[in-house]
Amino acid sequence: MTTATETARRTTRRRFDARKWLPVLGVAGIVLYCLAPFYWMVVTAFRRPADQYDLSPLPRTWSVENFRAVFEPGTGFGRALLNSLIVASTTTVLTLVIGTSTAYALARLAFRGKNLVLSLIIATSMFPGISLIVPLLRLFTDIGWINTYQAMILPSLSFALPLAVWNLTMFFRQMPQELEQAAMVDGCTPGQAFRKIIVPLAAPGMFTTAILTFILAWNEFIIALSMVNEREMQTVTVAISKFTGATQYDQPFGTQMAAGVIVTIPLVIGVLIFQRRIIAGLTSGGLK
Amino acid sequence: MSMTTDASTNSAAEAGKPGSGPPGSPGRRRSGSAAGTARLASALVSPTLLVLAVVVMYPILAALYQSLFVSGQRLDAQGFVVEGREFVGLGTYADILFGPAAERFWNAFWNTTFFTVVTVTLEAVLGMAMALVMHQAFRGRGLVRASVLVPWAIPTAVSALLWRWIFAPDGVANAVLGHQVLWSSQALASKIAVITAEVWKTAPFVGLLVLAGLQVISREVHEAATVDGAGAWRRFWHITLPLVKPALVVAVLFRMLDALRMFDLPFILIGQQKDSVETLSMLAFSEATNVHYGPAAAYATLLFAYVALIAFVFVKLLGADVIGEVRSQVPRRGGIRSRRGKGSAR
Repeated sequence: MTTATETARRTTRRRFDARKWLPVLGVAGIVLYCLAPFYWMVVTAFRRPADQYDLSPLPRTWSVENFRAVFEPGTGFGRALLNSLIVASTTTVLTLVIGTSTAYALARLAFRGKNLVLSLIIATSMFPGISLIVPLLRLFTDIGWINTYQAMILPSLSFALPLAVWNLTMFFRQMPQELEQAAMVDGCTPGQAFRKIIVPLAAPGMFTTAILTFILAWNEFIIALSMVNEREMQTVTVAISKFTGATQYDQPFGTQMAAGVIVTIPLVIGVLIFQRRIIAGLTSGGLK
Repeated sequence: MSMTTDASTNSAAEAGKPGSGPPGSPGRRRSGSAAGTARLASALVSPTLLVLAVVVMYPILAALYQSLFVSGQRLDAQGFVVEGREFVGLGTYADILFGPAAERFWNAFWNTTFFTVVTVTLEAVLGMAMALVMHQAFRGRGLVRASVLVPWAIPTAVSALLWRWIFAPDGVANAVLGHQVLWSSQALASKIAVITAEVWKTAPFVGLLVLAGLQVISREVHEAATVDGAGAWRRFWHITLPLVKPALVVAVLFRMLDALRMFDLPFILIGQQKDSVETLSMLAFSEATNVHYGPAAAYATLLFAYVALIAFVFVKLLGADVIGEVRSQVPRRGGIRSRRGKGSAR
């Protein structure tokens, strides 16, 4: 009798333990899955070029030689970083300027065809980039826009603008209606209520949208690849893809990984700092 | 798409409801300032529509038009494109679908379809599993939340380089497998490499979207089912899955549309003009860079039609409600999940 209860109790305890540890194992699995390849990039970047093919989990000798190689005068990597910064920031600013008022109208004003407009805006973002690029490439060639910033910024609006409008529409929806009502009781027109009351209060939502837009624009590849054929104007994602060695089997992987780290680290740090904000933006406050 | 079908009825219905109207007391304001509101709305909405007309609608129509011509197939002595083009009607499409270009087109078509079906299936399963784990986890939430965002934030170009290094002949993948696989040249191996890299980058993201769907399911439903004697597996199939289905369907739709335009990853990871991984985007790009604008425009148009068809089928048959969250009156939690899927993996 006693043994039976004891066994039962032990079993429950063991099951209880499994229940406790299973999620922890799962979490460890997810973290490993997400970070292991990234970790490998960082480790490779910090090896000496001679140790490139080492498989040790930590560099035998730490070295920043690869990072130095990235910025060697011939690579044009610094210029590519600058180009990416210009393209991504301009895209972000333009997107916010154009998208905020549209999002406000979609969130707060009642007008005919609102859902149609919203549907159109969302639908445009689903179109494959290449379908836009082929005709635009031809157009930009005709008007001499190849190798210019605007040739990269304008097409980038095709995916940045729908994202921003959607994001901001959700944000405006969550702000209390009383804000404008109070403003209009005090004599503001709807336009003034928007400019003087809503825009300042919407700063957090606009900030989140700005981060998301910037990351997407920074990561953009196919537009920048198509619209530019001069090294001087390359963005960093294109430059990095062209970091190749003499032959297929003699590739400067260490340098490539160092370049990858340089391109990625600002994003990763930004994502870690603003993770709550970003996930809240992504899932509308679902993750507490 | 769904969004458009009930747009008119909906906005009409909405206009009548209090709270959806312009700020201010709806009934009284409507008659006085409906015209003013409409003017304001069109002033606010038109810049976005104008930009999208230039960068999206114009190119789509221009591609359709250009695909009816053949031009730029010849270069002059200086290497410039010979001006003038020849109208061929649907000739280019005939070449692509049945003629000399058919082999390359159908190869790219099946590659694109294969990548889409396999990656999205894996992403949905893995993302679902991750979401269930994250939903249960009480310890390490901050850590898991941060790490899930890392693959999402890494540019696809960088992740393609990273996986090219992992799958290099002397890379860590072969070392771990203890087997020499030539990932960049064997057909199946290079497909697997592309799929692995794509799934790695996007599955955690699907997990986040599904998690947002999981978190709106009330605990009582699960507790009631448990009291009624339903095991974990039955609870998953009969409660969790049906309830997260709307979130999952929208996430899968956006992932599919994104996978169908896959370009960066195979382009950098394996290379250009490799039959084993060439997608429709890569094919159109390759023609465009050879200034074969007619065929390039035709490939781009075919891809666009394919994407539109898939979106249509999803919205009609599976009822993916893409703008549901915004259309609805009260902002619900998890509303942005539908948007995210799309934004991600450019």
